[in-house]
Amino acid sequence: MATKTKSTKKESVVLKDYESVIIFTPVLSEDQLKDVVAKYRNLITENGGELVHEENWGLTKLAYPIQKKSTGFYHLFEFRAASEFISKFELAFRRDERIMRYLTISLDKHALIYNTRKRNGEFNQGKKDQKQEGVK
Amino acid sequence: MKKKSQINPAMVFNTTPEAPQKKKFCRFRKNGIKFIDYKDANFLMKFVNDQGKVLPRRLTGTSLKYQRKVTQAIKRARHIAILPFEGDSLK
Repeated sequence: MATKTKSTKKESVVLKDYESVIIFTPVLSEDQLKDVVAKYRNLITENGGELVHEENWGLTKLAYPIQKKSTGFYHLFEFRAASEFISKFELAFRRDERIMRYLTISLDKHALIYNTRKRNGEFNQGKKDQKQEGVK
Repeated sequence: MKKKSQINPAMVFNTTPEAPQKKKFCRFRKNGIKFIDYKDANFLMKFVNDQGKVLPRRLTGTSLKYQRKVTQAIKRARHIAILPFEGDSLK
């Protein structure tokens, strides 16, 4: 009985929107980086999540040293997943030595609108101008 | 009327008599910005002093609702090393 109720629960799982920024160590080679990113991409999709967007910022300078490193590979995942998945996801981050820092936030409706607009390149023609003129 | 009387005591400390203060406004309210991106370091720099501390509402004119969001965004940015926790002469 218990398993049955569990399975029905899983089918009606509510997906929420999340966004993760991960900082990988700069020690990784390009292939290694691709492998790690692929690993977490698969982790999302295998656990019933869907990847919405992905961004690679490349090797970026950090504002302050982390683990005595002054640079890091930034990677951003925007995805939809069940809330139970997040603890699993972050546990994997914590166990992974290649990850220096991570930040997962849940996106509210304003953030979602902002992200889609950003993806469509609405902010590309100069953020300053738009903010001064006012976006409605 | 009540609002005016609340503003006045602050103005005593802030303004010099020669330069009358310009009316402050909340840039988020005015421009309809609903979400503050923690990944945008250049934008968040406007709400931080040269030591990297969060500027008070009294200086930036941000409304309380958005000040909360600004501090949240700054704290997130600090965590992922986009903004420094401390620093001197950032600007």
